Amino acid sequence: MIKRDDGLKILARHIPDDIVVAVYSTAFDWVQIRPHALNYFAVGAMGLASSHGLGLALGRPDRRVIVLDGDGSLLMNLGSLATIANAAPRNFFHFVCENGTYEANGDHPIPGRGRLSFSGIAREAGYAATHEFADIGVFEQQIGSALGETGPVLIDLKLVPGTESPRDYRGLYAAERRATFRSALMQL
Amino acid sequence: MTGSLPGAAIIAAIKSAGVRFVMTVPDIVSSEGLLHPISRDSELRLIRVCKEDEAVGISAGLAACGQRSMLLIQHTGLLDSINALRAVAVEYSMPVCLMVGLLEKEPGVAPTKSGRYGVRIVQPILDAMSIVHHLLETEDDVPIIPKAIERAYTDSKPVVMLLGRRPTP
Repeated sequence: MIKRDDGLKILARHIPDDIVVAVYSTAFDWVQIRPHALNYFAVGAMGLASSHGLGLALGRPDRRVIVLDGDGSLLMNLGSLATIANAAPRNFFHFVCENGTYEANGDHPIPGRGRLSFSGIAREAGYAATHEFADIGVFEQQIGSALGETGPVLIDLKLVPGTESPRDYRGLYAAERRATFRSALMQL
Repeated sequence: MTGSLPGAAIIAAIKSAGVRFVMTVPDIVSSEGLLHPISRDSELRLIRVCKEDEAVGISAGLAACGQRSMLLIQHTGLLDSINALRAVAVEYSMPVCLMVGLLEKEPGVAPTKSGRYGVRIVQPILDAMSIVHHLLETEDDVPIIPKAIERAYTDSKPVVMLLGRRPTP
């Protein structure tokens, strides 16, 4: 298993200026690891990260869009895998931060924990490529290559919590952050 | 009330407002008059979604990129998407435009007077959410469309356009 903050630090080195949609526990860690105007946290309703990401990928096909989804979140919107595969955005990279729990809601297990395969579901839905990483060394070695593939690509990260960042909900979801994102995107 | 609702006029109005993406779950109300023609229209990119709330997220992402879009769904899908609309469109003030078929609404009868429970509750729910809505019953109502879309994007607010009858092909 990969400690979440360790994995995100490696990822951040590969995507210094990409558009990133992140949710829940991952979002709090991500904003500390890669503070950036192109971080998008305005998902609003649980499960919709992949859909926001699809909109961004379709709206800006010239930019790589990274979605840092949760496993419980993606289970709420599994149909989006078929939608995304069908729309086939070449610039769409869908990470599933799989910790097997609804971590932000009391650490309860997700349905199918340890049995279902997100990469398998995405592959059969029609994603162009899928990967699974449970070892930090392998992840560090191969993530650069995976990010160079043609999307949509799903990358399942088998995670455990690492060093937790502050949970500042108000700051993460502030209106100013959304305005900053839109402004930065328009200037690209 | 008599009259018809020409699908071609609706599509022209949507395009005149700058909409280039349409997200849909098929609805028999709009299938013949709108969705089939839109699927053949090279000026509109049709994104087929599995569930209507996906389209709320897609619309928000597109709007952040300066791209205009519209959801074409049934009122049952609107009801299923209430939480996404609450969060993304209302609380986050995103310009989400929806065209919604009122399945089994009686033409010429106000939605709130419909014999169908699911139709009767739509406008009161939108009012409770402070979401602007318009009823499209005849061709005379079509000019509302570009104005409503323009206002949604100018004010960064959601708007719902309710199809009071089946648009004609």
